[in-house]
Amino acid sequence: MSLYHLRLALQALRNSPVLTALMVLALAVGIGASMTMLTVLHVLSGDPLPGRSAHLYYPQIDPRPLGSGGNANPEPPGLLTYIDAENLLHQGKAARAAVMYQGGDVVQPPSGSALHPFVVNSRLTGRDFFSMFEVPFRYGAPWSAADDAGAAHVAVISQKLDRKLFGGADSVGRMLDYGGHSFRIVGVLAHWRPVPRFYDLNASRFGQVEDVFIPFNTARALNLGIEGSTNCYGRPGKDLDTSPCGYIQMWVQLDSRRAAAAYKRFLADYSAQQHAAGRFQRPPNVRLDDLMQWLAYRHVVPDDVRMQAWLALGFLLVCVVNTVGLLLAKFLRRSGEIGVRRALGASRRAIFAQLLIEAGMIGAAGAVLGLLLTMLGLYLVRRQPSGYAHLAHLQPSMLLATLALALLASLVAGLLPAWRASRIAPALQIKSA
Amino acid sequence: MLDMRNVSKIYRTTTVETHALRDFSLDVREGEFVAVTGPSGSGKTTFLTIAGLLEELTHGEYVLDGVDVHGLDDNQRSRLRNEKIGFIFQAFNLIPDLNVLDNVEVPLHYRRGIGAAERRRRATQALERVGLSARVRHYPAELSGGQQQRVAIARALAGSPRLLLADEPTGNLDTAMARGVMDLIEELHREGATVVMVTHDPDLAARAERNVHIVDGMASGIIEEPSMRPAVRAQGEGAFRIPGAED
Repeated sequence: MSLYHLRLALQALRNSPVLTALMVLALAVGIGASMTMLTVLHVLSGDPLPGRSAHLYYPQIDPRPLGSGGNANPEPPGLLTYIDAENLLHQGKAARAAVMYQGGDVVQPPSGSALHPFVVNSRLTGRDFFSMFEVPFRYGAPWSAADDAGAAHVAVISQKLDRKLFGGADSVGRMLDYGGHSFRIVGVLAHWRPVPRFYDLNASRFGQVEDVFIPFNTARALNLGIEGSTNCYGRPGKDLDTSPCGYIQMWVQLDSRRAAAAYKRFLADYSAQQHAAGRFQRPPNVRLDDLMQWLAYRHVVPDDVRMQAWLALGFLLVCVVNTVGLLLAKFLRRSGEIGVRRALGASRRAIFAQLLIEAGMIGAAGAVLGLLLTMLGLYLVRRQPSGYAHLAHLQPSMLLATLALALLASLVAGLLPAWRASRIAPALQIKSA
Repeated sequence: MLDMRNVSKIYRTTTVETHALRDFSLDVREGEFVAVTGPSGSGKTTFLTIAGLLEELTHGEYVLDGVDVHGLDDNQRSRLRNEKIGFIFQAFNLIPDLNVLDNVEVPLHYRRGIGAAERRRRATQALERVGLSARVRHYPAELSGGQQQRVAIARALAGSPRLLLADEPTGNLDTAMARGVMDLIEELHREGATVVMVTHDPDLAARAERNVHIVDGMASGIIEEPSMRPAVRAQGEGAFRIPGAED
């Protein structure tokens, strides 16, 4: 019966090519618009560390003085001062923790290289950065805890930089000249491109990861420059690390909710202690978001993208309603045929199934055309100047979602017309058919 | 075969109540050829739609081939209609987008357990029976009215129904074509088919074994017309069967 329905549906669609084309086009345009924006939304709102994100937390405390202008925003600032970062790192009871900031300086190519010196971004952090975020290594491994503690001159470099400097060879043990200092390379990353670049949302949110990773203590000992954000709550002194300036991000790994609750209490206790000591003017004001909460809190998905996605879905709804009207007209125009089929033994259910399959075939055609329009839409998004534009590619999951949405939309559009048509009274039709 | 007792059909709207059939009774025996006659608006078509299970009766009792149709759901009524009844309509009601063979196959698609090959065989035999085996690939628009009605008869026969319900079967045909179609219906009857024909034409009604006259929704009289007695009856059953066809 299904094959018969398919054949009838094909025939019915062929018999009214203009109406069929209109319906396919209406669905495809709606699908194309909504899937373009949903793909962008999906890319931007995805979990950069599936399976681990629930255990990674971003601690915030509030060292701002009263009346420092922070009154407008009651939430604690997103960056830690050096003193607080050191205190939290060494007093906290997190399973793993890493403080970090973004740097940038000149890399001097190895002697004999045809390359000219060039500037790279760096991440100045602790060794737990790599294990907490499951950063893949192509060669070597992260530096040791002793390297962290001893401010060793070691570095991990990106695969891109390894290719540029050493032709992609295993460069572990070779030296890197960065910012006028020599660092022994201990590891080379494999390809790693978390989207968004969650660990530092102050810099490029959807940009590439840094090319050089150096121990935090080493960076501070060498006073390597800061390329990321710096927020000062008072007049900074000559030494940024003793100034009331936040420039450090911190991530901790907490493996249970209980551990997270305990860590949040620890943050509050620490703030109270600092408040009692007179260093913090405000009463304890802390936050501890897990990774996905942190992304939501920082509005990683731009509001205009969300709005465009809603608008596109609204447009799809308009297209579906339009298709409902066209299908209704198409089906009811065949009242005579439907009445005859009913008289010859077709049940209402059989007629309903036949017409729904017809609507589904329109959906299938709409899905194919909608897919092409989605790809065109994403191409146009990639040509926009926004920071996330280059990420707008159709992923396999969204491809399947496109097909599913098109079929669903067409079936939803077909429900009412098919139901109405299946209720046609055959007795009325056979006289007038 | 067809046993209606005290059947009433009332159409209701918010303001009007129309009694299309009133206390109507009819018993059609297996192998009979009965004509239901009456003027326009008398209730002939209502009788046909109720007999054909296209509408539900309001009051009364209707037993079709031993099955009490009261309380059957749409699926059961559709299956019963498909298996027991072959319709011949005044306007032929062929599906214009399907060729002759596909049109004849339509009722068989709604019957369980019939494969494509069997469907094709039955449809082909039914078309042979009505003399249209050379036209299987033609579309309805390419046929004369008489040929279209023959296709409709083949469609009615293809499912080997127990009862043929004909609604003014020659109403849209000229005299010569009408004669051919009536000859075919009579021939089917002689071969054992039970036929109930609704008509307002006394000449057509005269070719039936028995006439039932309806006026204002009521049977005004049952007239025996012994002019047409079946020459041949199927033995032991009333279903019209195409040779070699099996349910």
